[in-house]
Parts: sequence; structure tokens; C-alpha cells
Amino acid sequence: MYLYDEFDAAFVRERVAQFRGQVAKRVDGSMTEDEFKPLRLMNGLYLQLHAYMLRVAIPYGSLDAPKMRQLAYIAERWDKGYGHFTTRQNIQYNWPLLADVPDMLDALANVGMHAIQTSGNTIRNVTADHFAGAAADEIADPRPTAELIRQWSTDHPEFQALPRKFKVAVTGSPNDRAVTKAHDIGLRMVRDAAGEPGYEVIVGGGLGRTPMEGRVIRKHLPVVDLLPYLEAILHVYNLAGRRDNKYKARIKILVHETGLDEIRAEVEKAFEWQKARFQAPAEALIARIAESFRQPDLDDRPEGVLTSALESDADLARFVRHNVAEHQRGDHAIVTISLKPVGGTPGDATADQMRAVADIAERWGHNEIRVSHEQNLVLPHVAKADLPLVFAALQRADLATANIGLLSDIIACPGMDYCALATARSIPIAQEIATRFDDLGWEAEIGAMKIKISGCINACGHHHVGHIGILGLDRAGVENYQITLGGDGTEQFAIGERAGPGFAAEDLVPALERLMEAYFDVRTSADEPFIDTYRRLGVVPFKAALYPETQKQAA
Amino acid sequence: MTDKSLRRPYPPKIVTANALMEGDAVYFTKSRTWSREIGEAHAVHNADEADRLLAEANTQAGKIVGAYLADVSLESGQPAPIHFREEFRTRGPSNYFHGKQVEQV
Repeated sequence: MYLYDEFDAAFVRERVAQFRGQVAKRVDGSMTEDEFKPLRLMNGLYLQLHAYMLRVAIPYGSLDAPKMRQLAYIAERWDKGYGHFTTRQNIQYNWPLLADVPDMLDALANVGMHAIQTSGNTIRNVTADHFAGAAADEIADPRPTAELIRQWSTDHPEFQALPRKFKVAVTGSPNDRAVTKAHDIGLRMVRDAAGEPGYEVIVGGGLGRTPMEGRVIRKHLPVVDLLPYLEAILHVYNLAGRRDNKYKARIKILVHETGLDEIRAEVEKAFEWQKARFQAPAEALIARIAESFRQPDLDDRPEGVLTSALESDADLARFVRHNVAEHQRGDHAIVTISLKPVGGTPGDATADQMRAVADIAERWGHNEIRVSHEQNLVLPHVAKADLPLVFAALQRADLATANIGLLSDIIACPGMDYCALATARSIPIAQEIATRFDDLGWEAEIGAMKIKISGCINACGHHHVGHIGILGLDRAGVENYQITLGGDGTEQFAIGERAGPGFAAEDLVPALERLMEAYFDVRTSADEPFIDTYRRLGVVPFKAALYPETQKQAA
Repeated sequence: MTDKSLRRPYPPKIVTANALMEGDAVYFTKSRTWSREIGEAHAVHNADEADRLLAEANTQAGKIVGAYLADVSLESGQPAPIHFREEFRTRGPSNYFHGKQVEQV
């Protein structure tokens, strides 16, 4: 785990002390809300529908056991005993009292955590592949890069008042688990023909009200040039990005309106003089950071009882089939812990569950925990021989749901159950979908399926890149849900196509049932996943299933 | 067509906000205090009154955040939410038994 240096630690403490003073001024009336709001947002504190919400940064989704235990402690001491893991690999507390927030921030600082730049028009918490440093398909570990960007972007004086928020994601694997094409900047670690490591730099991706696929601005950027090149992109965006209209202020609009070639030329120009400014030996710095991300020493571990356990325990076998992914080492595995129990709230974990995960990570997982953008937790280094023990421990903590990548592994934003921006609820929709298809017993038959739900057009629930995306809207004072189909957040990136008019909440699940029946009818075999069937046939057969009345009228 | 009786009726309005310290929904009352209960909110019936009520509410900006006008129904004799967002604010989230609904039991 990367450890903050003294400078970082002092900076975080100072910010907490400043914020404590700012809260006191707001409470005693010497500061107005207009003055206070930007300050609380800089420290991750939002005001939502029913309460304040504190968004805590989890850099590139990486945690260890002490950090996780502290998150549990904070949930119990100052919140309602749980936390919500988000699509930004962060954690949110839904019920803090204003007066308690400085103490919560101090408690975070005790374990080297904070809520800085989790809001506002700044470079937000950098996200990365949640399988980083463990995935079998990995070219290079993206975390040293993400950490370098974190250090560079935190409190960067020039980029505290950008036209709009700015999100960077990094992957070191060809299989893109970090949705890099839907970020302001996406970095894919690649090697050129000569085998030199570098980055493919993708710019101008994003979801929200104007979903756009990011475009490649640089095919191969040498590793040492990363910071000056990022600085150049941000510099160009900071000057040229629109500030007249909040909805047109993201870099995707600048790229779209100006044209990629012109932006590239501007960036290259800025890069030339930025390069001269960045005299720091980047290679040495990256090497020093990389040292903190060395894979733990993994012992050779024969599989032991696993094979016979898989034969005798159907639940374990199902768990291993769905929640366990291939590790760089054959005798180890990556375990994904589902935070999607059927009927539960996607991404929520109780304090007890957080502590259980910390214990398991310490005992069997080399003290490493990740948060995935799909709102699950990950143990990146587990010996296969330990899988039966890990599974049993997860069962005891009600964390053994075997549904990763299946229908009930749903992303859902907090929606109008919490969020002040939401136009409709998301969580009850996720609960209802998971419960209904569980009752029908169709999940296994459906197979690989990504349903993603957002409660407003801002798309925190990534609905545009769901195989089935659901967007909750307010239609004349009633919650209404639009369906998009065929979205994909991976390296086969696609933005989903809107199927047609939205559905009332009570009509949505029956419509999805018809959609699944249509999929059963038209797929070539049970081995053809929904997304492949959709790519082969397009929207037509699914539209017919969603809107049978329209079909009848047309006939 | 300037006859007042032919105009669209003005929906009754209340002033609501979030409490500064707790962050939960609060409602401006007839006695110019803040209540946790929408039923205790003071409802007004025309735009001038509404503007005045909101301005008055904002003089207490040290206690609340983000005061605004919300439409209410008075059919039951006291203010009740019309829009589902306002209804949720009187109750709390639907996934856990948290928020105002706990106190209402």
C-alpha cells in the first residue's frame, strides 16, 4: 500500500483544521452558505435530500485492512452503521451531521485518507482497474501511474477552478475494466512495436447528458512524458473549455466542437514548453512509487483440497465460477465480493461487513482490498487453496452472493432515495429487478448481463454503457424509466441505444421480462451472451418485445 | 380574458429548506419558525405572499440551507406534498427505515 509522505500527511491535517474553522464560522453565522458551499464541496461534503453526504476518496479503489476498519468505525460512530461504495471507487456516508464532519475527516486522516477533490471543478479521484497488480491479462500495473497522477493533481494550483470536473482513469490491461473511454482522460498502458512501455491517451470521453466515446489523442506517449502531457491537456482545457454553459463545459464538448486534430495540435504546442518545465526525473519518481505497489510475496501454494471441495460443495463451486477471476499466478486467484445481495442496495456494506472483509483480507488476502467501479469489493491475491475458507468466512458475513457479471450484479446510483440531483429513484428499481428474476429463476439461463441504472441524466449509474441501461426521469410528476440497449463499457466500448418511450415503474420489470424472453428466442444458443445477440441483430427484436402494442398497431 | 376567475388557480405554496446542522427537510411555519413536519408549514395562496414568505425565511439563513417554494395540496386540511420528490423528503429513503419516517412511528 502506498504510504503518504510527511508532506502529504501534514497537508491533509492542515485541510481538516481549516475546514473545522470554516464549519465553526458557518455555524456561528460569520460565514454565509454561499461562502461556505464551495469550501465544503472542496472537502467532499454535499447536502442531499435528507441529510449531508460525505464522499471519501479511495485513490484508485485501493484499501488495506486498517483503512477498511476505519471506514467501518466512521460508519458506526458518526453515521448509521453502513457505507455506500460508488461507481467512482469511493465511499459515501449518507447521514453525517455538519458538526461531526471535521471529526470524521480527522479520523480519516489517522489512516491517511481524506475527502479532498471528491467534488468541485477539479481533477477528481483517479480511478483504475480494480484487478490492478493481479490480473492475468495485465501488461503493467496501472496503480503507480494513478498514484503519480494523484500526487500531481492534488491541490494543483492551476487546476482548482477548471471549467468543470475532470476524471482520469487508468488501465494496464487490454481488457478494459476501468471504462477508460468514458473519462475526460483515459490512459491505457501499451507497448510500442519496439516493446517500449507507454500510454495510449484517450481524451473527451464521458457519459452524462451528452455521452461520448473518448478519442485517441496520442497513440504512444512515453512513460516519462506523462505529467507534462497531462499538464498540457489540462492547460488547453482550462483556457479553452467553455465556462458559459455548465452543460457544455466538459472537455468532451471542447474536443467535439473544436475538433480532435486542432486540440491535439494545441496540446502538442503546450506539451513542448511543459516538457521543459518538468525537469523532475519522472522515471526515478515512478520507480520509487512503483516500489510501493510491488506484488506481495506469494508463496507457492498447491491447490490442496479445492478440487475435492468444488466437487462436494455446489455453493462453493457456483461462487468460484462467478466471483473468482484468473490471477497472474496459476495457484492464486482474484476474488470479487459481491455487494449485490438479491433485494439489497447495490454498493452498500455494513460496518460489520467492512470489518469482516478487513479480517479476511488480512488473513488470506495479503492485506489488499479494492473497490470496483461496479460497486463490489475485490481481494486481489488469494491462494486457490484458501478459497473454501474465504468463501466460508464470506458466508458468515452475508457476503457470499455468487452473481458477479450476472443480472443481479446491478450498478445503481443512490437516485432520489438520497441524491438532491436525482429525477427518480434507482435503488428500488434495482431491488425489484433482482428480486423478480430471482423468483423466476432466470439468472443462470440469462448468463452474462450488465444492468446499470441512473436516477438522472448525469449518469452516475453508467446507464449508457449497460447492456441494459435504465434512466429514471420525472415525466409530469411521475417516475418514468427509459431503457437503452447495447451499451458496453469495456474495450468494445459502445453507448447504448434508446429503445423507445419510457416505462412507469410498475411496467418496467414486466417489460424487462419480455425483453429476456425475446433474447431466449433469438439467441443462437445459451452460450451467446445478450450483448453478442444484440450486436448481431440490433435493436429490432428487442424493441418489438418491449413495445408489443406498437407492433400490433403497425401490423 | 382578464377576469381573475378565469385564470389558472395558484397552487398553494410553502417554504421548505434543509436544516443547517442536521441537513434534513424543514418547513417554515406561521410563527416563522422551522418545523420537521410539512403539516405545520404555512401555506400561501398568491405569488406576492409567496415571495414575501421566502424572503422572510431567508432572513434565517443561519439555521437553514437552500430555502425554496414547493407546491402543496391542502385537501386534507393541512399542507401535504404534491410532487414525489417532496413526498420523499417528508419520509426518508425507501431502501432503509431511516430519516423522518422513523420519528413518525
